[in-house]
Amino acid sequence: MNQLDTSLTRRGFLGTVGAVGGALALAACGGKSTPPGTGGATGAAAGGASYSGPAVKLAFWNGWTGADGDFAKKMVDQFNKANPNVQVQMNVYQWADFFQKLPAAVQSGNGPDVSVMHIDDIPTQAAQQVIVPIDAIAQALNLSSSQFSPAVWNGGVYQDKRYGIPIDVHNLGLYYNQDLFDKAGISAPPTNESEYLDALDKLKSKGIQGSWVSPFQFTGGFMFQSLLWQFGGDLYDSDNTKATWDSDAGVKALQWMVDLINKGYSPKNVGQDADYLALKNSKNAMNWQGIWQVNDVNKLTTPKIGLAPLPKIGPQGGVWGNSHQFVLPRNGSNDSNKQSAARYFIHWFTQNEAEWAQSAKVPAETSLQSSPDFTKLTDLKPFAEEVPDVHFPPAVAGIGDATAKLYDAIQSAVLGKSDPASALSSSAKTATGILSSNKKKYG
Amino acid sequence: MTSTVARARPESRPTTARRRVRRNGTATPYLFLLPYGVLFLGFMVLPAIYGIWISLHDYDYLLPRQPWVGLQNYTDLFKSGTRDSYDFWQSMKATGIFTLFSVPFLVVLPLGVALLLNRAFPARTLFRAVFFTPYVLGVAVVGVLFRFLLDPNIGVVNTYLHHVGVNRNIPWITQLPWAWISLVAMTVWWTLGFNAIIYLAGLQDISPELYEAADVDGANTWDKFRNVTLPGLRPVMLFVITLTILASANMFGQALLLTNGAPANETRTAIMEIGQVGLRQYRQGAAAAMSYILAIALILISLINFRLLRNRGDA
Repeated sequence: MNQLDTSLTRRGFLGTVGAVGGALALAACGGKSTPPGTGGATGAAAGGASYSGPAVKLAFWNGWTGADGDFAKKMVDQFNKANPNVQVQMNVYQWADFFQKLPAAVQSGNGPDVSVMHIDDIPTQAAQQVIVPIDAIAQALNLSSSQFSPAVWNGGVYQDKRYGIPIDVHNLGLYYNQDLFDKAGISAPPTNESEYLDALDKLKSKGIQGSWVSPFQFTGGFMFQSLLWQFGGDLYDSDNTKATWDSDAGVKALQWMVDLINKGYSPKNVGQDADYLALKNSKNAMNWQGIWQVNDVNKLTTPKIGLAPLPKIGPQGGVWGNSHQFVLPRNGSNDSNKQSAARYFIHWFTQNEAEWAQSAKVPAETSLQSSPDFTKLTDLKPFAEEVPDVHFPPAVAGIGDATAKLYDAIQSAVLGKSDPASALSSSAKTATGILSSNKKKYG
Repeated sequence: MTSTVARARPESRPTTARRRVRRNGTATPYLFLLPYGVLFLGFMVLPAIYGIWISLHDYDYLLPRQPWVGLQNYTDLFKSGTRDSYDFWQSMKATGIFTLFSVPFLVVLPLGVALLLNRAFPARTLFRAVFFTPYVLGVAVVGVLFRFLLDPNIGVVNTYLHHVGVNRNIPWITQLPWAWISLVAMTVWWTLGFNAIIYLAGLQDISPELYEAADVDGANTWDKFRNVTLPGLRPVMLFVITLTILASANMFGQALLLTNGAPANETRTAIMEIGQVGLRQYRQGAAAAMSYILAIALILISLINFRLLRNRGDA
């Protein structure tokens, strides 16, 4: 700190603290219970339906820092017990840290044998050859597009090759404070705009600001994207060369959020996480929040937090979501036993996801979403119901660089520093430039 | 900066020291410096030179090709409308604002604290510890702590302000100038003790005879402070100022945790931006160029700083 650090040390420091900053990050897991159709692979070196080689140790890295990490650990322990020949060691990093560590480790030949990442990180890492294609595993597991919603399935593909095996879907839902609803005389969670505004008026008459709008990605950024889709817009054009969130739908969506503040349904200047904390403190009544907080609100004895699908504010359904997928990091060691053991582990995990759903995720496979093992987890039902309306980030290398500009615009408008239309149009222009410069870089 | 501090110490027995070195051979001092020299070379000089090479490429260490772009990473930063120029200069401005407002407090307040703690009074050691304690905390702890204290709507500070009649929620961490006030105040609280300890060591190095002589000459407290304490502390102060400027210019964790750049990246510092570009966007070439511009700015400021304080010393 007291020296003219080289950029390298500074960046290292950055990484560490950056991880802390992203600490809220996703804690998603997925749940499947019944095994998908097995068959296909037979040999040890095939897709991974079984493993019969010598004893190996596998390093498994992920970013599940929340409760989902505990569930994953439990599953890994189960796997290790059932498969003495394959011992999996799990390492958990903050997601922000993860994407600095993983590429560096892979590059130096010290990468893990198997890993997990979000749908929108797959193309960037695939383009940089941090992860390798795994079509063989998908074939061995007999996975096909019909078993998943198309966005989840296609999200694992980059330049016609499959890099990701879907594990789960994690999306937004409506978290509401039952105590405040009772106080204001609201009988059921709102499902459309008029019910939503009606509920807000009832809450307001009791002196409660009922829908806090966060100026940060968590959760303001996710709320905006859901509204954008509900009003018929999209983030990017069909071939992802142009940012289109400055469309009429986008302006309408952001204006709707800003109006919540202007009409007194939300305080100004909501801080990081304050929207969610205020929900738990009975100061906020409704929060568009991710499924990953389900286990957290269930720990509360008071107040009671209810869960419902997002209301349809616009004419159509639209819900922000993302998906965890298994990936295989490029392995410097070229140990074919390890590679086939890693395939087997992925296979096993995707077949034993009853545990996984308990960590608050929706199974990626549509058939599992109606399986008894999952439907008994009633808290997750509203999230599963929304899956057909869930939109995922586009699978383009470096897409996060562009979407970051959207989050800047949302913050600017929600904090009252610029009006929605101009914030969106200038950020979309910048983002379009980033898309073209990324295209040049990644191809 | 360390050499200046060392030079200020009275050289008690120069002849003996010189003779001893000679007895052990001319290489002795260099051998003693060698272990650090190796680390310095390996972890500072070579990476710094390699960084120049990186900054001349469209560099992503994961891609097979690193296209040569010459000085474009630099020239782009000075051209408006390019991908990074606006964000980069906004972040440099943020770093500049923070440095400008934090350094005076971090230079003056610790001096006052050190003067107080240098007097003889009961429980002096306890108070010295009390002022130093916050510095022991990590930035993550301090950042999260203050975020909860300062949250505009559910924070402790605004809640108490309501009790004393302030009827609005002050946006401590989401609007300007409040975000800067919070960041500076938090950093001062956090690191004040460190500078105070350095001042304290400096104060104890000033010979009591000088104060006695001043007393004999009829100097009052203010005269003694101006003519004995301050000149005696000049090398220490140069050290503190240089150190504090560099630390402030490298500010990162506080803003990341407390404001996360809010509002609209106004409090995103240069280091945050460089990290974002280099590590999250995988564009190490552009990030290296930014690092060099920041480093050159800091070197210039340090040189001016040395020159100013040294001139005053010579006069």
